[in-house]
Amino acid sequence: MAEALKITDLHKSFKTGFLLKKKKILKGIHLEVEQGEIFGYLGPNGAGKTTTIKCLLGLIFPEKGEISILGQPYLSLSVKERIGFLPENPYFYDYLTASEFLEFYSQLFFIKKDKKEDKIQSLLRLVRLEKSAHLQLRKFSRGMLQRIGLAQALLNEPSIVFLDEPLGGLDPLGRKEIRDIITRLRDEGKTVFLSSHILQDIEMICDRVAIIVNGEIINSGRLKDLISEKIHFTEVILSGLKEDQLRDLSESFASSGDRIFLKITDESKLEEVLQLVHSQKGKIHSLIPRTETLEDLFVEMVKTK
Amino acid sequence: MKIKAIALNTFREAIRDRILYVILFFAAVCFLFSRVLALLTVGDQVKIITDVGLAALSFFGALMAILVGTGLVYKEIDKKTLYTLLSKPIHRYQFLLGKYFGMILTLFVMLFLMTVLFLILLFFHTFKIEWQIFAAVFLIFCELCLITAVAILFSCFSTPILSSIYTLSFYMIGHLSWGLETLIDKINSGLGRAMARVLYTLLPDLENFNIKTEIVHHLPIPPELFLFSFLYGFCYSVFILFLAVLVFRRRDFI
Repeated sequence: MAEALKITDLHKSFKTGFLLKKKKILKGIHLEVEQGEIFGYLGPNGAGKTTTIKCLLGLIFPEKGEISILGQPYLSLSVKERIGFLPENPYFYDYLTASEFLEFYSQLFFIKKDKKEDKIQSLLRLVRLEKSAHLQLRKFSRGMLQRIGLAQALLNEPSIVFLDEPLGGLDPLGRKEIRDIITRLRDEGKTVFLSSHILQDIEMICDRVAIIVNGEIINSGRLKDLISEKIHFTEVILSGLKEDQLRDLSESFASSGDRIFLKITDESKLEEVLQLVHSQKGKIHSLIPRTETLEDLFVEMVKTK
Repeated sequence: MKIKAIALNTFREAIRDRILYVILFFAAVCFLFSRVLALLTVGDQVKIITDVGLAALSFFGALMAILVGTGLVYKEIDKKTLYTLLSKPIHRYQFLLGKYFGMILTLFVMLFLMTVLFLILLFFHTFKIEWQIFAAVFLIFCELCLITAVAILFSCFSTPILSSIYTLSFYMIGHLSWGLETLIDKINSGLGRAMARVLYTLLPDLENFNIKTEIVHHLPIPPELFLFSFLYGFCYSVFILFLAVLVFRRRDFI
């Protein structure tokens, strides 16, 4: 598949402090994002995620390295015609209403007048803000701002969308809505470059990820290749047995009322527990095998680094 | 089209700034005060009202340009609204020019309101419209265009407070630099005179926009003086805006 984004050996440093000492933020980033995928860009706070995105959008200038977006030089206006961007903690002109806001941004693209109004209405519907179309942005909640921000990022029907922490500060419902929109974008063939540290969401929607720590990419690839499917342990919740019968069979043990919680790593011991439950006429309430999560991988890599 | 969109949005933003209305109120108070001053002074009352009124237009207009203009670009950077804007297909110079023209439009409206107030007051004394006033107001507007360009230049790399101080200094130096011209005539030719001439060339001379004396005393205004002042303001503004674009185009928005 063709590349939507290619970054080669990207370096950036800032001068900080009274003596203007150089601090390296990006230390040779290499990345390739394919068209039509959701690419997760992960890293702890201060790792260089936002700096990378700012470089891609021409908000800051890299010292070294090459960037091409959709096969073209990244600063060209023809590229900017085809990209969308939602910044972290978006701040917008709070004196504008939602529809005025989208109207203003639509003037920066060549959107035909007759199509403009329909476009704005459909975007407001997409982010479920049609009832707040005439409300000033200063009266918007954090989640609403995030959604109107996403709407402005999609005004030009971009081929690639850069989302910087789009799920931060949202309630579970808001996160689900944004996740659904992002997956819909992929289904429409758009590329999504998603920076975040909310790993559960990344794991749910991303096709590939890259992990950045201290300005360096320490791992990247398809999620299924990165995360091992090996079962680490199994969590069992059961009832109808005596605690003494189970103590030796599990690594971790707890009880609440008549329910007993077990954590079992050995598969043969799990078999024994199941047979015991069967023979004693006990009851299994839940049995969950725990494989490695993106969070486990992320924590391990950050700690190693 | 893009510059126009940014300019109109800037106008919408600037016109909501309460400081403009505070300044407008003080300008109105000043016009009324000129009436009191005229009563207390020996001489032609209309001349005093005209003199004070035009001075107030220039001063309060400059105050608006400085206090609002210096915050325009800085606010966009500080509130990060610039991030989404610059990710759209616009050049940085288009953004800067949009901000500039938006502020100019705001100043035009404010100057128009102040002029109307001033003319109403004057009308009660003369019972006729002093058309010459418009010539003076036009040059004041040219001066405000230049001050706005300076305010935007400083706003590209400095905080609003510092930018206000710098722009106010520019305004004051600009209104005092004519003294150097007098000095050049008075000192003998040599190094001192050459230095004074260089300094006078480098420093702005905002007195070029001041034709109060001609208006108050009904003196003729030579068209070439009028044209020179207009061209001076235009070229100086273009130069300052060019510097602002140079500063802004390579700036990192951290």
